[in-house]
Amino acid sequence: MSNSALFSVVLVTAIFMVVAALLIAWLLAPKSTNPVKGEPYECGIPTRGTSWSQFKVGYYLFAILYLVFDVETVLLFPWATIMKDLSTQGLVCMAFFFIILTFGLAYAWKKGALKWK
Amino acid sequence: MFHFNVVTDWIDEFLHTYLLDGWALFIEFVLIGLILLTAYAVLALILIYVERKICAFFQCRLGPTRVGPLGLFQSVADMIKILLKELIKINKVDPLLFRLAAFLVIIASICTFGAIPFDKGLHVIDFNIGVFYLLAISSLGVVGILLAGWSSNNKYTMIGAMRSGAQLISYELSCGLSLMTIIMLSGTMQLSVIVEQQDYAWNIFRGGIPAVIAFVIYLIAGHAETNRGPFDLPEAESELTAGYHTEYSGIQFGFFYLAEYLNMFIIAAIATTLFLGGWMPLHVPGWESFNEVMNYIPPVLWFFGKTFFCVFLALWVRWTMPRLRIDQLLNLEWKILMPLSLLNIIFMALWIIYW
Repeated sequence: MSNSALFSVVLVTAIFMVVAALLIAWLLAPKSTNPVKGEPYECGIPTRGTSWSQFKVGYYLFAILYLVFDVETVLLFPWATIMKDLSTQGLVCMAFFFIILTFGLAYAWKKGALKWK
Repeated sequence: MFHFNVVTDWIDEFLHTYLLDGWALFIEFVLIGLILLTAYAVLALILIYVERKICAFFQCRLGPTRVGPLGLFQSVADMIKILLKELIKINKVDPLLFRLAAFLVIIASICTFGAIPFDKGLHVIDFNIGVFYLLAISSLGVVGILLAGWSSNNKYTMIGAMRSGAQLISYELSCGLSLMTIIMLSGTMQLSVIVEQQDYAWNIFRGGIPAVIAFVIYLIAGHAETNRGPFDLPEAESELTAGYHTEYSGIQFGFFYLAEYLNMFIIAAIATTLFLGGWMPLHVPGWESFNEVMNYIPPVLWFFGKTFFCVFLALWVRWTMPRLRIDQLLNLEWKILMPLSLLNIIFMALWIIYW
């Protein structure tokens, strides 16, 4: 059996489980309404405004840093699988890449991007 | 050694002798789905029970004792109760994304679960890029968590989701980089092959010091990936009520709960597969009689033994350490674990080439 077929079996299983559980809950669970039931669970007093507003930029910075490093990780994986065959030559080539990578991290560190303000 | 591929091959042959190929295939698919779901649910129940008992022992309590002998059916009762709870409709949520979020989290978790080799012949998906697949599909969970927090339209969930996003994506780097050292050692990404290679020595012994460092990094980063223990800022009860899943009720909350426990298991299982030899028994080169004795213990027991050992480590950390602050958390990742794992890759390369 091919792996893609098996993956779709797993995916269908997952979706089936979710739908079945929701269906059971929908059939068996009690349903009732009252005016304050749908209020957001915050402090007991009515919520002011929406929560879909601007948010601290610090998180965004880490997301960008992550993006850079994650793409680089993806590039490293193929090298890792054939590292034994490439031996010293491959290591030297990759060392340059690693130096650039480390410089990137060091630069972000120096610039204070890793500092939580 | 008894392997499960005997059983699976027998079922395959049996179905093909009595049925047309198409029907046999269909029945096999249905069987796979059923087994997967059962294993997932049963493991979740066991894990919840184990966690509650161990947590109780750490705090000098008894834990669940009322339902069934030793409280064994407590988690079953909880599961039934959570199925019967009402799904509350919140007024201001984004209805589509609100539902989709819970689905994404659990689907990502099940898809990862399907790729774990429990024994020879007892894994569903065996891609030749298995490790890559695990990393890719498990990071889908982040999207689910972010969506859950954002779509709830609640301040607490929003803060929880943002923290969770920053934490999960940061620690994913260390996870990936520490798994890479093992890929360098084994030269393949296929999980079954990686396990087969560990016949004579588990990777953690075969790889020497760098493998041990990678194992420790992976345990820490993986623990952070599950949003638990000292890294549970996204759902810090004392600050954010329940973090990103504050607004979820009934079985939708149950999905997050299930996924959290199963993710803990999955992280432990990946650590077992890649570092501790998967279902391979403990073999010491040269000690033939010792190896023979170890072969008598079934591989499935080896797998679950090692995995629950890793789960126990996670629980131990969770119930011992106090919660971190967000800046401490990000410092730990970006200033300690990340440079360390980058160095560790170079170290591993040198180790393999020149040792």
